[in-house]
Amino acid sequence: MRQDIRFLLNGKPQQISHMSADMTFLSWLREQPHLCGTKQGCGEGDCGACTVAMGRLDDSGQLLWRPVNTCILFLPMVDGSAIRTVEGLVSADGNLHPVQRAMVTADASQCGFCTPGFVMTLYTAWQNRQGLQQDEINDTLAGNLCRCTGYKSIVNAALTLSSSDSHTSSVEYLGSKDALALAELCTTDDFDKDFCISSDDNSFYAPSEPTTFANFYADNPESVIVAGATDVGLWVTKQHKALGQILWTGRVSEFARLDIAGDQLFVGPAITHQQLLESISNKFPELTELMRRFAAPQVRSSGTVCGNIANASPIGDLPPVLIALGSKVELTRREVVRQLDLEKFFIAYGQTDLADGEFVSGVFVPIDTASYLRCYKISKRFDQDISAVMFAANLDIVDGVITRPRLVFGGMAGTPKRAAKAESVLLERPPDIETFQKAATALLDDFKPLSDMRGSAVYRMATAQNLIVKYGLEFSEGRSVRLAGAGLAKVMERW
Amino acid sequence: MTTKTGIKGNIHSALHHDSAAKHVSGQAVYVDDINMPTHGLVVLIGQSPHAHALIRRMDLTAVAAAPGVLRVMTAEDVPRVNDCGPVVHDDPIFAVKKVSYVGQSVFAIVAETMAAARAALPLAHIDYDPLPAILTIDAAMEVNSFLGPPARMKKGEPDKYLASASRQLSGRLYCGGQEHFYLEGQAALAIPGEDGDMQLYASTQHPSEIQHKVAEMLGVSSHAVTVETRRMGGAFGGKESQGNLPALTAALAAHLTGRPAKTVYDRDDDFMLTGKRHDFRIDYKVGFDDDGRIIAVFFDQALRCGMSWDLSAAIAARAMCHADNAYDIPHMRITSYCCLTHTQSNTAFRGFGGPQGMLGIERVIDAVAHKLDLDPLIVRQRNFYPEKTAAVHGITHYGQTVTDSIIQPIVEKLVNESEYISRRKEIVAFNRSSRYLKRGIALTPVKFGISFNTTFLNQAGALVHVYHDGSVHLNHGGTEMGQGLNTKVAQIVAHEFQIDIEKVRISATTTGKVPNTSATAASSGTDLNGMAAMRAAREIKTRIGDFLAEVYQTKPNRVRFADNMVHIGAEVISFSSAVHQAYMGRVSLSATGFYATPKLKWDASTMRGRPFYYFAYGAAVSEVVVDLLTGENRLVRVDLLHDAGKSINPALDLGQIEGGFLQGAGWLTTEELVWDDSGRLTTHAPSTYKIPTCSDRPVDWRVSLFMDENCEDTIHRSKAVGEPPLMLAISVWLALSDALGGIDGAGYPALDAPATPERILMTARRLGARFV
Repeated sequence: MRQDIRFLLNGKPQQISHMSADMTFLSWLREQPHLCGTKQGCGEGDCGACTVAMGRLDDSGQLLWRPVNTCILFLPMVDGSAIRTVEGLVSADGNLHPVQRAMVTADASQCGFCTPGFVMTLYTAWQNRQGLQQDEINDTLAGNLCRCTGYKSIVNAALTLSSSDSHTSSVEYLGSKDALALAELCTTDDFDKDFCISSDDNSFYAPSEPTTFANFYADNPESVIVAGATDVGLWVTKQHKALGQILWTGRVSEFARLDIAGDQLFVGPAITHQQLLESISNKFPELTELMRRFAAPQVRSSGTVCGNIANASPIGDLPPVLIALGSKVELTRREVVRQLDLEKFFIAYGQTDLADGEFVSGVFVPIDTASYLRCYKISKRFDQDISAVMFAANLDIVDGVITRPRLVFGGMAGTPKRAAKAESVLLERPPDIETFQKAATALLDDFKPLSDMRGSAVYRMATAQNLIVKYGLEFSEGRSVRLAGAGLAKVMERW
Repeated sequence: MTTKTGIKGNIHSALHHDSAAKHVSGQAVYVDDINMPTHGLVVLIGQSPHAHALIRRMDLTAVAAAPGVLRVMTAEDVPRVNDCGPVVHDDPIFAVKKVSYVGQSVFAIVAETMAAARAALPLAHIDYDPLPAILTIDAAMEVNSFLGPPARMKKGEPDKYLASASRQLSGRLYCGGQEHFYLEGQAALAIPGEDGDMQLYASTQHPSEIQHKVAEMLGVSSHAVTVETRRMGGAFGGKESQGNLPALTAALAAHLTGRPAKTVYDRDDDFMLTGKRHDFRIDYKVGFDDDGRIIAVFFDQALRCGMSWDLSAAIAARAMCHADNAYDIPHMRITSYCCLTHTQSNTAFRGFGGPQGMLGIERVIDAVAHKLDLDPLIVRQRNFYPEKTAAVHGITHYGQTVTDSIIQPIVEKLVNESEYISRRKEIVAFNRSSRYLKRGIALTPVKFGISFNTTFLNQAGALVHVYHDGSVHLNHGGTEMGQGLNTKVAQIVAHEFQIDIEKVRISATTTGKVPNTSATAASSGTDLNGMAAMRAAREIKTRIGDFLAEVYQTKPNRVRFADNMVHIGAEVISFSSAVHQAYMGRVSLSATGFYATPKLKWDASTMRGRPFYYFAYGAAVSEVVVDLLTGENRLVRVDLLHDAGKSINPALDLGQIEGGFLQGAGWLTTEELVWDDSGRLTTHAPSTYKIPTCSDRPVDWRVSLFMDENCEDTIHRSKAVGEPPLMLAISVWLALSDALGGIDGAGYPALDAPATPERILMTARRLGARFV
């Protein structure tokens, strides 16, 4: 087994064998090669100042670039990737990259501290030739905060990049050079897929076989499983916890399964939110819109669907909609695999049905029940925010009456939860607005929400009740009224 | 913009920020990027867990003994003065006997690494006796918990005319504070030198104050301390006084250990330790006539100052001075209460009380218009100060004559360009037939006084060297925080010498080059430092001119600098050749420049005089749509027209306008600071505190400059532009309120700020929008 990590940093191969397993990549960048262009702004993946471009080879040998937050990325997790930092875009003769030049031309930097992060997010979009159009740019930049410019000039810079003029052969070399060098790095004889890094305080283990992973975890249930580290990273940077044994999902190729089997979508434990978003965009428009507002590209590119479920965070936006779709989780302990309704997986605040040594090895999402699915995310800010109330609703109509109603809320209790009383009002009733209003009234008996910095108990209940009414209205009128995102044109119509 | 002269980067041209290429390539150096000298140490501040408590016992031996920890520091380790307050000595570096807010600095750990310091932090044993804490404005007003006596301003006979007015209204408004959220947290690096010298690199708007405070703390003279600031990663007022504590703790650590030391706050510590924009409670009474002319207004402004003065007195004064905004109100009384609370000591933030002061009168105008069923625009226009061309000018409630008003032509132009009238009609019709979605529109003006309220601060110095190869090195007392000050001052100097901008280099601001500077604040950076730099350059120019006139046997007034050349009578030589000749002729090519703003006069005891050299104007139209079922809303279209005088750099000025506006919109909408019942700030990172993102900017956003020369003789007739545009965002708040006014049968939609979806929904419900 390999005892080091290898990656490409601005085109140069790196090999590191001694490190603390929970050192963030940002700390390493700033302290070791002293690449200080990448900034620390928040230490929790919410401001994007630490964004770098991470490229991984896909099956066809192409590099797919993603923006990642290095402040919550553990150093060993860059293994097998190509990294470009803001310093690495400037050509050897000192010329700025087209992305950098566009930012200068548009007067898109003021204090300059957030700028490297914006440059790198735009660079990934530029490399992938995706996300630079007028109707995409808000989503592309949702994970980068700027306090100076008001974003207008940054958007102007991005829009000039969307034309292909900026892709001249002389600047394409960065991408192709990285692809070749990375392929070479990952095919050397001693590039064992499995690796393990150990220091006095901790250890980072990345097995490649699913059985090795399952057995190791069963034998070492105190290990911390890390997929994208978008949550666990904060245990280190915010709670200042020491992580002893880390077990990484990122080397198990079987975990990167995302496929449709029968009428079910299977999402493996290494599938990121971004991969899910890209795969479902045509199948579930409602879920797509929700996923679009789920964090931002950086977090979506690292964080995984199964990780979001496994950590049972009450701030997870995804479980309500997955429950509304009737999803099941797959749980694995050694060779024992079981399935469980997702709604039964969450037991209480921070508590799940996982046994010692058992992990979430996938989630099955039924894909034929989405016809009346609606998702509503209520937060202080539209993008890159955590919901005060999350509502996902689904139902079927049989013979003119509602069957299988599912009204699922996040933020109203310690776990994502169905509103049983409100659902019972809907059951077997015609889907008229009075029915939904009665269901909204019944919601008072379903939840006793708490007050916190995201919303008061009174507001949570009031808006949750209104959301049931809104669902009823949208259902009966066959429309969807959303102020977020691109739905704005519609809301300029009377309603 | 084209220039008549042939030099690159002249004044009035849209030059890029001088660090832009470094920003985009990661080469711009901030304090935490400076290569740490060997044996460098880090400082971590240990904070109070109580809002108000006596310190009974403090045992830090386990902290000091932890691996990687060099020592701990408490008040007992401070050689001389344990204070970081900018004005009054009421803000200890380390708490003594008592703590006064959750997050207050109690001790500090000096360690080899931040990881070691973090690991040692929980080993502190400190026993506290909690005391009752006053956390809110309401609580402070209830028990008269004030930092000082209330301040008053009066104009005319408000009591008499309020009572006799045909119509009256009264009400109360709350507006929240605001976290600066500069992307670069507070940071300072201190390096001890010989003879007790201390060199600091600090992210501060006020290097001179840090120099002064470090000297005071260590008991040395100011000449022993040098503070350098290359740039800040954003400041917005948050690094005017709040940079003192990190600099002082770093300098103390360096002093005690003899090793370099730096204090860099992480985001959460920054939120917990530092002051923010003041939240306000404003009570108003207004008397007006049937046409919407306001006759008399009373404002009681109560602001939450936190546990110490910091800059609150000046902030309160500016809030009072802006209680009229652009309106000539015959009778006024403003009373200001500086509330002492057991929370972070609130501080400067872009606008410095002005925004809160303006909110009061804009609410009043809006409420009057609603009462009279008039378009608020009409009520606004009926109350504006007379235009600059008028025969008689208005006088403010603090005694300053408003001679430069251009609010009328700005509003007129904006009304036309934004199609305000027709859009308003359309929105009213829309709201009549739309039940769940309501739209709103508002036009608000800005009149913002330029100059420090505290008169003596209105001074600046600069130092210009011309080297005999013709290159120019320039330092001034202002600091670069992203606003492009260095770019503008370089343009001014390039213009003065008539040389290409590349010939002019500005290096880091340092107390060693320009002494006794004021903070770069009050929007005055270019006004003050630009003028000082121009004078320094002019002095050198005069010396060169006099010398050349003598050499070429002509009169000094026949020597002219233009297009990188110097014309001496009929002779033309290059600038560098002229400089070289002057050098060979033993002419001094280095000069300082100094500027003190003229015409200012302010009596702080009566709060009367002329505190402002001039006013900057602007106006905004904002349109929103609100979902009454959820309180969600979107900024649909915004038109901004702003007065930067004859702009020195239109590109940079537009950047200030756009950025200031969206920052103001954040303050009034999504940015909500929440403290829990124990006084702990629960929104202390971007996961919980929501500044605008890219998608929060207006969908349709039109921004332009109202190009009009400043009436006063400012630097090239430009106007300050740092703060005023923030207040253009008041239009967003009133547009949201206007949308709620579209609810059937609604009374006046008195919306408090920040207008989060929650506050909007709860206000809508109060107005009758209930659907369950």
